[in-house]
Amino acid sequence: MYPEQHFTDISADALVDRVTEKKEQGYRLVQICCTNVAEGFELLYTFEKDLTAECLRLTCPKDTEIQSVSGVFWPAFLYENEMKDLFGVKIKHIVLDYGGNFFRLTQKTPWNPQPAAEGEVE
Amino acid sequence: MGKRTVIPFGPQHPVLPEPVHLDLVLEDETVVEAIPSIGFIHRGLEKLVELREYPEMVFVAERICGICSFGHSWGYCHAVEGLMNIEVPERAEYLRTIWHELGRVHSHLLWLGLLADSFGFESLFMQCWRLRETVLDLFEKTTGGRVIFSVSRVGGVLYDMDADTLAEMVRTLRGMEPEIRRICQVFADDASVRNRLCGVGVLSKEDAYALGAVGPTARGSGVAIDMRMTCHGKYQELGFEPIVETAGDCWARTQVRVREIYQSIDLIEKAVERIPEGEIAVPVKGNLPENACFLARVEQPRGEAVYYVKSSKATKFLERFRVRTPTCANLPALVKMLGGCDLADVPVIVLSIDPCISCTER
Repeated sequence: MYPEQHFTDISADALVDRVTEKKEQGYRLVQICCTNVAEGFELLYTFEKDLTAECLRLTCPKDTEIQSVSGVFWPAFLYENEMKDLFGVKIKHIVLDYGGNFFRLTQKTPWNPQPAAEGEVE
Repeated sequence: MGKRTVIPFGPQHPVLPEPVHLDLVLEDETVVEAIPSIGFIHRGLEKLVELREYPEMVFVAERICGICSFGHSWGYCHAVEGLMNIEVPERAEYLRTIWHELGRVHSHLLWLGLLADSFGFESLFMQCWRLRETVLDLFEKTTGGRVIFSVSRVGGVLYDMDADTLAEMVRTLRGMEPEIRRICQVFADDASVRNRLCGVGVLSKEDAYALGAVGPTARGSGVAIDMRMTCHGKYQELGFEPIVETAGDCWARTQVRVREIYQSIDLIEKAVERIPEGEIAVPVKGNLPENACFLARVEQPRGEAVYYVKSSKATKFLERFRVRTPTCANLPALVKMLGGCDLADVPVIVLSIDPCISCTER
């Protein structure tokens, strides 16, 4: 027997409102993760209440600037910095922004490699 | 207001077996703010999912951590089985439950030893680790490994345990119990231990929930969150109830773990009594389903771990494997606990969440 899976697709514009709704309904933040998909990035925000997990799924082009939800759920800063470092997701207004130095990496955004800029030595 | 100074704590520190760094902002000897830094040893294991077929990836998943290795392999298998809608045989689920609880006993004994070491009680540290050796012997006898077991696979488990082995396991654990109780009495009653733990690193129930704390860190603050209350494993059949303390300090978190050791032994005994005969695995062949995803949650010794798997094409390769480890979820709670504490209490408070950087830097 497997737990029922609850995934709701949302748009980038509605993100903060939907996350705030979850907070007001008494959910806690479980995790945020990023996946490279054909359309760009797929961000998954997981919440939990009474042992039931619910996920908000946001799919957007890679150059979309996403609003941070760390103002609503403070622990989100960990996951947002992680996505920023590993995938290069553009997230604005993170309450504790490590500026790309959350992980000590030898390569920038290793899970979403960017072509080297002109004159840049790899 | 005293003069503010910033003291770096870690990444190398006697109390830390693995590297984590905290910038401690102090006023005199009191911590007013702590800023955590991780990422010194990030391994990128999740990315390997693009190079390993899903049946092989279980061996990578269990290498996320050397202490809760079985739990990680189970979490990964549980997620892939959910994705493929595989019905795992009852006996395999019981065997997984037994090994997982054995892992909890080993992990909590290891942690109790580290805690004793953090406040300089070296003989207590050695006694805890001596007891842990017996649990590792049980693992070796039943899986062939002491750290990495490679016993879980998608669809079930690789090895069975006969009735004699299971009975001997219960006898051994019951034989250890009086010794565990004698040693854990020190954590409950000894004045010097209580001085270091009681009222230190207090986390309120509201903060624990709001900050997303998990495992003994949350349960020590009165939040009854335990993934064993959900439908993974055979915990519902075994009558599982979470262990909760309410003081929210380091002592409460210690007591949750101590009581969980006894509870795990009870659960193993009940599982051995009820384990049915039958298959230990179902054959799993073929490709992953197209455009599917599954989120599984398993209660590791340190708390809830989340395993997310996603497949986009009908191949043997997952598109994404994501693990959210308990230590990652407990870091915000740790930052909260450190605010207002004495500098001398920082090592004990850091250790009280049972930080596993190996897991966090998966």
